[in-house]
Amino acid sequence: MLLSKSLRTAALAAALAIGAALPVYADEQFFPLQSYRVGPYAAGGTGFFGGFIDYLNLVNIRDGGVNGVKLTWEEGETQYEVERGVEVYERLKNHPGVAAWNPLSVGIAYAMIDRITKDKVPLITINHGRTDSTDGRVFPYVFPLLLNPYSETSGIVNYIATREGGTDKLKGKKIVVLYHGSPYGKETIPIYQLLADKYGFSLEQIEVPHPGNEQQSQWLSIRRAKADYVVLRGWGVMNPVALKTAQKVGFPVDHIIGNVWSNSEEDVIPAGDAAKGYVAITTQASGAEYPVLQEIIKTVYGAGKGNLDDKKRIGSVYHNLGIVNGILNVEAIRIAQQKFGKRTLSGDEVRWGFEHLQLDPARVEALGAKGLFHSINVTWDNHEGDGRVTFQQWDGVKWKVVSDWIAPDWASLRPTIEKSAAAYAAEHNIKIRTSDDTAVSE
Amino acid sequence: MFDYQFFIEVLVGGLLSGVMYSLVAIGFVLIYKTSGVLNFAQGAMLLFAALTFVSLVERGVPFWLGAGVTLVIMVALGVAVERVVLRPLVNQSPMALFMATLGLSYVIEGAAQLLWGTQVHGLDLGIKDIPFEVGGVLISQFDLFAAAIAGTLVTAFALFFRYTRTGLAFRAVADDQFAALAVGLRLSRVWAAVWTAAGVVALVAGLLWGARLGVQFSLSLVVLKALPVLVLGGFDSVAGAIVGGLLIGAIEKLAEVYVGPLLGGGIEAWAAYVVALAFLLLRPSGLFGQKLVERV
Amino acid sequence: MTTPIRSAAVRWFTPNRFGLAVLLITAYAVIPFAGSDYLLDAVLTPFLALALAALGLNLLTGYAGQVSLGSAAYLAVGAYAAYNFNLRLPGLPFLASLVAAGFVAAAVGIVFGLPSLRLRGFYLAVSTLAAQFFVQWALTKFGWFSNNNPSGVIDAPPLAVAGLSFSGAVGRYVFSLTVVVVATLLGTRLLRSQVGRNFMALRDHEVAAKVIGVPLLRTKLLAFGVSSFLIGVAGVLWAFAYLRTVEPAGFNLDRSFQILFMIIIGGLASIRGAFLGAAFIVVFPLLLSRFGAALLGNVFDSGVLEMSQRIVIGALIIGLLIAEPCGLIALVDRVADKIRRRVFPPQSRPIHN
Repeated sequence: MLLSKSLRTAALAAALAIGAALPVYADEQFFPLQSYRVGPYAAGGTGFFGGFIDYLNLVNIRDGGVNGVKLTWEEGETQYEVERGVEVYERLKNHPGVAAWNPLSVGIAYAMIDRITKDKVPLITINHGRTDSTDGRVFPYVFPLLLNPYSETSGIVNYIATREGGTDKLKGKKIVVLYHGSPYGKETIPIYQLLADKYGFSLEQIEVPHPGNEQQSQWLSIRRAKADYVVLRGWGVMNPVALKTAQKVGFPVDHIIGNVWSNSEEDVIPAGDAAKGYVAITTQASGAEYPVLQEIIKTVYGAGKGNLDDKKRIGSVYHNLGIVNGILNVEAIRIAQQKFGKRTLSGDEVRWGFEHLQLDPARVEALGAKGLFHSINVTWDNHEGDGRVTFQQWDGVKWKVVSDWIAPDWASLRPTIEKSAAAYAAEHNIKIRTSDDTAVSE
Repeated sequence: MFDYQFFIEVLVGGLLSGVMYSLVAIGFVLIYKTSGVLNFAQGAMLLFAALTFVSLVERGVPFWLGAGVTLVIMVALGVAVERVVLRPLVNQSPMALFMATLGLSYVIEGAAQLLWGTQVHGLDLGIKDIPFEVGGVLISQFDLFAAAIAGTLVTAFALFFRYTRTGLAFRAVADDQFAALAVGLRLSRVWAAVWTAAGVVALVAGLLWGARLGVQFSLSLVVLKALPVLVLGGFDSVAGAIVGGLLIGAIEKLAEVYVGPLLGGGIEAWAAYVVALAFLLLRPSGLFGQKLVERV
Repeated sequence: MTTPIRSAAVRWFTPNRFGLAVLLITAYAVIPFAGSDYLLDAVLTPFLALALAALGLNLLTGYAGQVSLGSAAYLAVGAYAAYNFNLRLPGLPFLASLVAAGFVAAAVGIVFGLPSLRLRGFYLAVSTLAAQFFVQWALTKFGWFSNNNPSGVIDAPPLAVAGLSFSGAVGRYVFSLTVVVVATLLGTRLLRSQVGRNFMALRDHEVAAKVIGVPLLRTKLLAFGVSSFLIGVAGVLWAFAYLRTVEPAGFNLDRSFQILFMIIIGGLASIRGAFLGAAFIVVFPLLLSRFGAALLGNVFDSGVLEMSQRIVIGALIIGLLIAEPCGLIALVDRVADKIRRRVFPPQSRPIHN
């Protein structure tokens, strides 16, 4: 026993001595995290970055990293402010072995597009970000994984159609979109219009000024318009206030459909009873029953390395989004390693990995995430990866999935995306990539 | 065809929202009146009070005990602010005092989140918000309740200032600081009392707004709703805060519903300021404000 | 016995001017070569942009006595105006768009300065918030301003002046530095002119100023115009040289407060104060967060550190206001004076301006 221990120590010392002769570069892949744990959006930030870190920890503890390459990270607080995100970018970009950036903020992501393209490192904007960056021909390094805002719009309309019994039943229905008065809120205006024209429902889009703590007049207008459904495209405090005000004017809560930034526990808990029955879209189911979450609870939280202070939040919407984000990042690295070798990869190699990030339902199940998310199929020109969406209903305590995995109507959205991407390419003198240009640069 | 019923509904909704604005504005007025400080930390105090109360209740403290403990903490905070911030800054320019309250709001916000975390909380005051109908117009139960509370609070303050020695001193200081000092009033005690009162207002407003919005960081942003009320009503008039709040609430909602669609909506954020401004150009010290020549 | 010319030169070459020369030489000849990309891109360029904004606000608030809480709005106007000039008038040199953007900001500033003709103090301060909210609303509302970009966020084109490209961290820094130096010189000259004296008369006693024949209306609006011009130009630097992207949400009330903090902390009615205040507000939180992370990063997560920093910064602001109501510049002057006295014991008392 004692002997074996000292033998091991000797072996370790020898390994270290050899290691010292090799390049100083340890086999590590680094994730710079522009997290926000303070300020108005702290609840989302702690959940998402907590989930992300929890998954990275799981891979390190359980598997010893990705094929032996250890995952490391460093957090820089941004408070969701663009210039602080940029400061963190400038500070951490020269760290060796940067794998990808995951800011979870539209504003910060926009400020980084030029920078990461120049530095050749992928920028992951899961569930959000710039819609036209879906077009990998123009944005080689930007990945709005799983769901861009247009797909979200289409997914919501498709869901309403299933509730009504088919897209043909949408004709003559009245849908009101209540959107946050910001660039984010306004982004889908033309797409709702496009779908209204296509399916023949009547549409009204009403703005709620930031921060949205007063919505009396908007909801009175909704009641006057006799809306059948209200789509809530909210943000932060606007969501609970919308639900409360809906109750105040007597609008049925189960006919309010929340978008992807109105779908968390933090959006409904402050609304109390008024939120009971509210439905929202999601790309990842909530709950901790999935094997990957169970492993995180056992391995990571069991070792006292869990990132969430409040264990009740394990399996919450933002936490699970962080975990799914972790899975996608890690798998992209794994896929890239199969091609480039089991070592620290360059940002461009990781980009190649993301462009081949194809996880079918069987692979998702093998990763312990069956039911957590459906599948993803990223290619060099489709950086979103055809993520499916599902709908969940708040029962007062937790979210319950109430629909199948629904596919947005990607084909009819793609032309709008390509047009916008082409305009961007023209404005910035970007050469549109073809499939021959996807090799990793030296 | 003009829909009168709808108009009345918007108007009533606006007036009831306006009461909520008044509630926040009163906290500003109390402090401005006696010390000439535009206390921007009012929002942070509101957040701090609501967060403290909710966190106590969630840890199993009974409702009234929680309210009592929070009240004590708010009073302690008020006294501490007077000691540590205001007293050393006496005779400084109003601008410096304003900036000091901004600094103070950083401290309070930071401390509130450090103590109680950044989670969002629901706050249930036990009042159902099922609307009831009066002549085809929906009226919110919760808003009526809030209006009643605000009314009670204002009456209580009015009585306090009329019939107690501290209240008398308060009015003396508000009228003329130097004269009040000259007759031997202790300014520091009046200030401490006023900051305590502002703490009470913060607690009440924090609970009512917290029940509407949930208790979270954005709660501190409700001060922005109170500022046009102050401009309209006058920084130094409690009555102005109330009338101003009602007016701003009603105008804001009516503007959003009837003018908003012409401009594309979402005008609420600035409409209140524009109305207040237009009014000010006619009457530069607000509805009830004192006419003072002042420099910053 | 010195010749008159030489003594004039000696007189011209005061310690202040000597300090300025050293500073400029360092800024142009040392920092671009010695500074890291991080220092240039993430610290100095935003510092320069915000220092210019602080200078602009200081003209209005410090010198002319009019309080404004709408600075961020003028930053936004400048940024969006430059973007649109650049986009819609393709042949226009960038410097021309920069100046034109300043004028647009000045025009907007004058419109929102109109209430100053009737209002004073906090009434005026709060009414300038109308600019803050209206501008943000308008920029988000009307897609034209952001070239109908679906998300309303615009990216800045690369910086180039007269065929000279200012890409890269050093280029952006040198460009910002030059703009700020020129603007500061112009601002200083203006303050030494009759206009500047009118500003101060207005601030010190409005009625008296009127009596001695200062045209109040023109002076007030001019103060708003000049101030917003400088802030607008600062907005162009902020958007084009620093962030290289613009979104309306970045120009919120917090930014206005930040700029106000700079001039109060740095010192009202002082040009050096604006720079000192900007340095404090930009650099100090960064230092504090580096220091906190290095010292306690293993014990607490970034959220706890951030909140503690918030408390420290808030407390420090209060402390500074109490200890040094005239701003950091008064502190610096006092220390410099002390050193000077020790090094050159005074024969005659120095004259303060």
